[in-house]
Amino acid sequence: MELKLRHKPIDQVGIEERCARFKTRSIKTDAKMQGLKMALSMIDLTTLEGKDTAGKVRQMCYKAMHLHDELPGLPTVAAVCVYPEMVASARKYLGSSGVKIASVATAFPSGQTNLDIKLADTKQAIDAGADEIDMVISRGKFLQGDYNFVFDEISSIKEACGNKRLKVILETGELGDLENVALASRLAIDAGADFIKTSTGKIQPAATMEVTLVMLEVIRDYYFETGKMVGMKPAGGISNSKLALHYLIMLKETLGDAWLTNEWFRFGASSLANDLLKQLVKQTTGVYQSGNYFALD
Amino acid sequence: MATKKSSEKKSVQSADLPINKTYKLFINGAFPRTESGRYFQLDDADGNFMANICLSSRKDFRNSVVAARSAQQSWQDRAAFNKSQIVYRIAEMLDQKRDLFVNEMIQMGYSKSASDKEFTAAVDLVVYYAGWCDKYMQVFSNVNPVASSHFNFSVPEPTGIVATMASEKTALTGIIQAIIPPICGGNTVVVLSAEKYPATAISFAEVLATSDVPAGVVNILTGKRAELYSHFASHMDVNAVVIWDAEKADAKNVGALAADSVKRTHFYESKTPVVGNPDLIMNLQETKTTWHPIQNISGSKSGY
Repeated sequence: MELKLRHKPIDQVGIEERCARFKTRSIKTDAKMQGLKMALSMIDLTTLEGKDTAGKVRQMCYKAMHLHDELPGLPTVAAVCVYPEMVASARKYLGSSGVKIASVATAFPSGQTNLDIKLADTKQAIDAGADEIDMVISRGKFLQGDYNFVFDEISSIKEACGNKRLKVILETGELGDLENVALASRLAIDAGADFIKTSTGKIQPAATMEVTLVMLEVIRDYYFETGKMVGMKPAGGISNSKLALHYLIMLKETLGDAWLTNEWFRFGASSLANDLLKQLVKQTTGVYQSGNYFALD
Repeated sequence: MATKKSSEKKSVQSADLPINKTYKLFINGAFPRTESGRYFQLDDADGNFMANICLSSRKDFRNSVVAARSAQQSWQDRAAFNKSQIVYRIAEMLDQKRDLFVNEMIQMGYSKSASDKEFTAAVDLVVYYAGWCDKYMQVFSNVNPVASSHFNFSVPEPTGIVATMASEKTALTGIIQAIIPPICGGNTVVVLSAEKYPATAISFAEVLATSDVPAGVVNILTGKRAELYSHFASHMDVNAVVIWDAEKADAKNVGALAADSVKRTHFYESKTPVVGNPDLIMNLQETKTTWHPIQNISGSKSGY
């Protein structure tokens, strides 16, 4: 079957100007508190390093469940995001806390291997207890124009995921331009993605507001066509509260209130959590905070 | 309009078209305006308008602390000799700008001879502290006598971020005294200039900006002490507060607020003329003591 790839042409200047406007918004007092807590609840607390150990994952899981015990009324983060090898450890330490486990799979971050290995990678993560799978697309094939290959690969992984949610990482930093981002977004959604995600965090640029806006608009258009919701996860480079709040404004004004929950929107981040916590404590006490008073992981 | 003959043309810098300097803040190596958009008018000694000066807010202070924090570790890690070179470079750059500073001081009411004297003292002061950069550690560290078979060293290490308010008594040496000793010791600085002398402080920022001082090591704010005391004292990421010529009541309030994050607090009374003092470096150092095991020596018959 020939793939029908549809998306509206991208107005790059318009996208950039729209994003520049989001960055001028100022959120204060109660709305800021609400926004900071919401951003905190949307974080996929991430460690994806070659040097990860079960001990590192245990520390991060503890942080995920106890963000800052001195400040009552905080949510937990949405999920922890780890390599398949670390999923069992994460499952053990998270117990019944309600924090989900997302596992990258499919030869993350390059995706340069064959489908069998990618399927095995995915299965390993799910068998070990992952709730969500973050797969990478084959960017090389996509850029060659072999969209059927990419589509079939995503479909196969989706099938392997069963009832687990699938996030598809487009690695927008390698896709070249916003047209390709829109094309890849639509391709991933049509192939069965439950979430589309900007980046692995290993390539610069990672998430930008422009790329995220384009992806949100594709999700919006898909929703208008089919009535089905798809989630969004910008990942990499979002490390301060102000930027996170600007992303939430963009989300609300592009997709609406229904997406303002961690079921449909996530931040892939590690250092963002502490900056949000610093801001929350500052809002509560009126005193600017220091990193010395917050757990590193 | 009649065309002037070329011989009658005047340069752009003629008295007809004065180009006034905009005095802005100095944060993270750049010269931004205050985030608050507020300003106060600075008049010269004759009561004539001289410049609009940024009235810094707590957000400017906060931005400065972020810059100072990100610069601190790498500044601390620089070799002592390199810090010495950079501080000496400040003196070199300053010395080239005598006319600028002397004119500004005269505008602010200094006599010609007093401003010359103040400027010379300022350059000397920077050179004096440049010399200390790679010496204070040798002079003030120690090998302590201990009973066990250890070398026991005590060495000074920088306190971290120093938030300081410069003396109101002098136009240039006051702010130099607030900035240079802490940075010699590997600290980074956020300084509020004298309310009375913001112009020379910002001109000094121009000197710093061309002296190889890394961005964020020195951040200069202008504004009102009363507005900023509590923010200087309460910010949890500030490690030391140094106030020159503080009122007794203000010092008490600063001390109470600073206690929350156990900041070092120093309240100095400035004296004129300003002279160098290594205590200003050492008061912003923490002492680290290290026990290094060695083989038994002397009486126990073994060597190193």
